Amino acid sequence: MAENVLLRHEDIPDIHKLDVYVAHDGYAAARTALTTLKPEEVTAQVKASNLRGRGGAGFAAGVKWGFLPKDSDKPVYLCCNADESEPGAFKDRAIIEWNTHILLEGMLITCYAINAHTAYIYIRGEFAYGAECLEAALADAYAKGLLGKDIFGTGFDLDVYVHRGAGAYICGEETGLIESIEGKRAYPRIKPPFPAVYGLFGCPTIVNNVETLACLPSIIKNGPEWFKSIGPESGPGPKIYGVSGHVEKPGLYELPMGLPLREVIYDYAGGIRGGKKLKAVMPAGSSFPVLTPDEIDVHMDFDSMRAIGAFLGTAGIMVMDEDTCMVRALEIVDRFYHHESCGQCSPCREGTGWLHKLLVQLEEGNAKADDLELIDRICNNMMGNTVCVLADAAAMPTQSFLTKFRDEFVAHITHAGCPLKKSAPQKSAPQSDAA
Amino acid sequence: MPTLEIDGQEITVEDGLNVIQAAEQAGIEVPHYCYHPGLSISGNCRMCLVEIEKMPKLQIGCNTRVSEGMVVKTNSERAKHAQAAVLEFILINHPIDCPICDQAGECKLQDYYMLYGAYTSEMGLEAKVHKGKVVDLGPEVVLDEERCILCARCTRFLDEVTKTGELGIFERGDHARISLFPGKKLDNPYSGNVVDVCPVGALTSKDFRFKSRVWYLEKTPSTCTRCATGCNIDIYHRQGEIYRFRPRQNPEVNEYWMCDEGRNSYKSFQQDSRIPNPLVRGASSFEVTPWADAAKKTGEILHQAKEEHGADAIAAIIGAKATNEEAFLVSRLLKEQVGATHIAGLSWSPAGSFQDDFLIHADKNPNTHGLKSLGLLNGGGEAEAVLSAVENGTVKVLLVFGADLVTTFGQERIDKALSDVTVILLDTDYNETTEYADVVLPIGAAPETDGTCTNHAGRVQRLSAAFPPRGEAKAGWEALALLSTQLGGPDSVSISDVFGELTKTVSAFAGLTYGKIGFQGALLAEGSSAPESGGTES
Repeated sequence: MAENVLLRHEDIPDIHKLDVYVAHDGYAAARTALTTLKPEEVTAQVKASNLRGRGGAGFAAGVKWGFLPKDSDKPVYLCCNADESEPGAFKDRAIIEWNTHILLEGMLITCYAINAHTAYIYIRGEFAYGAECLEAALADAYAKGLLGKDIFGTGFDLDVYVHRGAGAYICGEETGLIESIEGKRAYPRIKPPFPAVYGLFGCPTIVNNVETLACLPSIIKNGPEWFKSIGPESGPGPKIYGVSGHVEKPGLYELPMGLPLREVIYDYAGGIRGGKKLKAVMPAGSSFPVLTPDEIDVHMDFDSMRAIGAFLGTAGIMVMDEDTCMVRALEIVDRFYHHESCGQCSPCREGTGWLHKLLVQLEEGNAKADDLELIDRICNNMMGNTVCVLADAAAMPTQSFLTKFRDEFVAHITHAGCPLKKSAPQKSAPQSDAA
Repeated sequence: MPTLEIDGQEITVEDGLNVIQAAEQAGIEVPHYCYHPGLSISGNCRMCLVEIEKMPKLQIGCNTRVSEGMVVKTNSERAKHAQAAVLEFILINHPIDCPICDQAGECKLQDYYMLYGAYTSEMGLEAKVHKGKVVDLGPEVVLDEERCILCARCTRFLDEVTKTGELGIFERGDHARISLFPGKKLDNPYSGNVVDVCPVGALTSKDFRFKSRVWYLEKTPSTCTRCATGCNIDIYHRQGEIYRFRPRQNPEVNEYWMCDEGRNSYKSFQQDSRIPNPLVRGASSFEVTPWADAAKKTGEILHQAKEEHGADAIAAIIGAKATNEEAFLVSRLLKEQVGATHIAGLSWSPAGSFQDDFLIHADKNPNTHGLKSLGLLNGGGEAEAVLSAVENGTVKVLLVFGADLVTTFGQERIDKALSDVTVILLDTDYNETTEYADVVLPIGAAPETDGTCTNHAGRVQRLSAAFPPRGEAKAGWEALALLSTQLGGPDSVSISDVFGELTKTVSAFAGLTYGKIGFQGALLAEGSSAPESGGTES
């Protein structure tokens, strides 16, 4: 791909400033949509583009919009999910801080398509600078009449609010996010009903990820065929890959959807640091199965990943070299889920903590002979039995680590501790109040 | 009316039920903690996971509406495995302190453990998450955070029923705990209900805790007599001692709840002020007298007064805490055996009595409506009229049943009015009026009494005697039957006899039987109930 769309700041400095953005065709797509297209035509283009949600689940954006009831007399809301908290994911933050207006333009187009006049950007509390960027961009956009009343003289009104989270991963779950905006504890809701039918303040609501919304201007500008030409047709488009861990050049790479994972790691991220051997990759953030070196020829798109029992998730690629203790790595993953489980459903509340305790015992050399079976059983009992998928997000990587690196886990039992003895695990999750 | 199959049983149920409710109708218990029929669906405990054909994942029964043709399996291998797994999660950080826990014996953790669990414990006590113990929430309730399973029944009760919102869930994951919001106390008129809805030993009653193991207590269904609402209750008692009242479900009256005042009212029935024996005034003071002698004496007083001054020299005042049966017997005694006409009901509540728009009624008498139906109360001035007749000298003997005239009419007035009158008093406790009595006949208090009261809405509800009256006291209807025989009137063999007579005599009660009333009550016949207004004097 010649030019960056989502990480356009790499090509055009100061693109986060409104005048720079406008000088480079900024808000032209929104103007086109609002002045020349009907809302349903915008939705049709998004459907035709096969844009799939970048928040992790990969659900078709246009189809999601189509779930809004046609005959409702309630207001429709758009919530931009900017609660980026997945370990290994740092893509939305780049858009928010460096390419701010593409997000606002994407939201304007979306709100026009779904007939929403109020939108919220739910940004994680730790992104204080990002929230400042958004507030500044909003102020500029209002001042130029790109938000507010009668946008482009079309009579279309839109107000956008920035809502800062207070530090809970679960607020990124779309119904937890909605509860949090409503001022409540972010307990995910039982579904159905889905937000499209019963969302924010009980009204029809669309929740879309930052990167998803940021794709909108390019779809309107270049057309769905252009979008579909980038990567596999079933889920195409520009995609930000965030590579972290033991690579020479960690960072964000905007590339076509569907690139082989090997290419991303070796051709773009510079390969394994210090010429070491690759041991494992978590290609989708921490919530999905880990891959072994012989699995990295997989193409990084939703369907190819599913075909090998993995997920694209947020495409937050965490690379681990041969010196990594997989027990320790999993202990860190499970410590995260223990810390972030909201505590609503019994299997998740108790299971995440239990898993973490067992992994600490393994790493410290206090595990019992049958603890691996116990861990596997706990994972099975957690999966699919809760309101949201946080329990699955803890259980899936855990089981994959256990299956794919079993020898290493067994060695921790037979050696009564970590054979690598690199560092001691943290015994328990630090305590903090939920939002 | 969908027809569905639950564990191989075909059943047709009314629309809108969830799987737990439908299964209950088929006699199948789906285990659950967070679901409560009086609260919104939360779906957090995951204990009610069941298998439903054509659905790939297990579903929570509480949030699954039944539909036509649904096939539910609550006891398939998959469902049972999931239920056992969820229970294991819930118990993994539980302190397992049943030997010192008040909930033991009525704890859903214990019950389901025996039914669905019974595996070996995987976590040592020292490895468990530790939280706050003996957390004081307010005047009625204590919290043990370690026993709490975070089902959120208490928070939903306070958010949805009382709308007072004192409690919330704080922190996350396995460190989450129930706690008071800053600056709040769990101090509302219904706070005790959170103890009832708590399915485990997390919320316990300050009043009841450590008093008795629940399996030593007997349970008797009855009705609260604290006000005119008549919340349905269970009396928990042992050897003539009451340990607690708990609300008993009645969708027409109190749903699942009762107020704290009613809940604590059991104490008022076992105070030192109870009258243990019949008393007859002697030369200088009351003399303890056997029932037979006291009844005979009463008969003589009534007989003599009638002989000397005529039937209308005898009058009666009946307090609105009397049951329908008691009021009927007093009334019959005076009308038929004596031929008197001054018979008045008295429904008195303190001025400015607390009331709300939920369960607490301003009328603090349980049977004002019943006395109206019996024709003893209409405008409310009946007792005043009788007292005037006493004051102008017409009345020579006054029978007072369960009413404290001094509190109602004032010391000064009663002092004058009763100076020359013979007073026969039937009551449970000593009060300021007892001083004026010539004969005192002790009767059973509400928990010792069989009978009925009619609540403010005209619903006839049963009281049941949990145990015999204290000391030498007799049930009110038995005492009155004894007086009736003294005057050559009919005896009453049983309370249902009395009620049978009542239904034949009083048209509003026509057709009712104890069987028909059951323990959910029955409305008085349409149109025959007395008007609602003007029931209380103050």
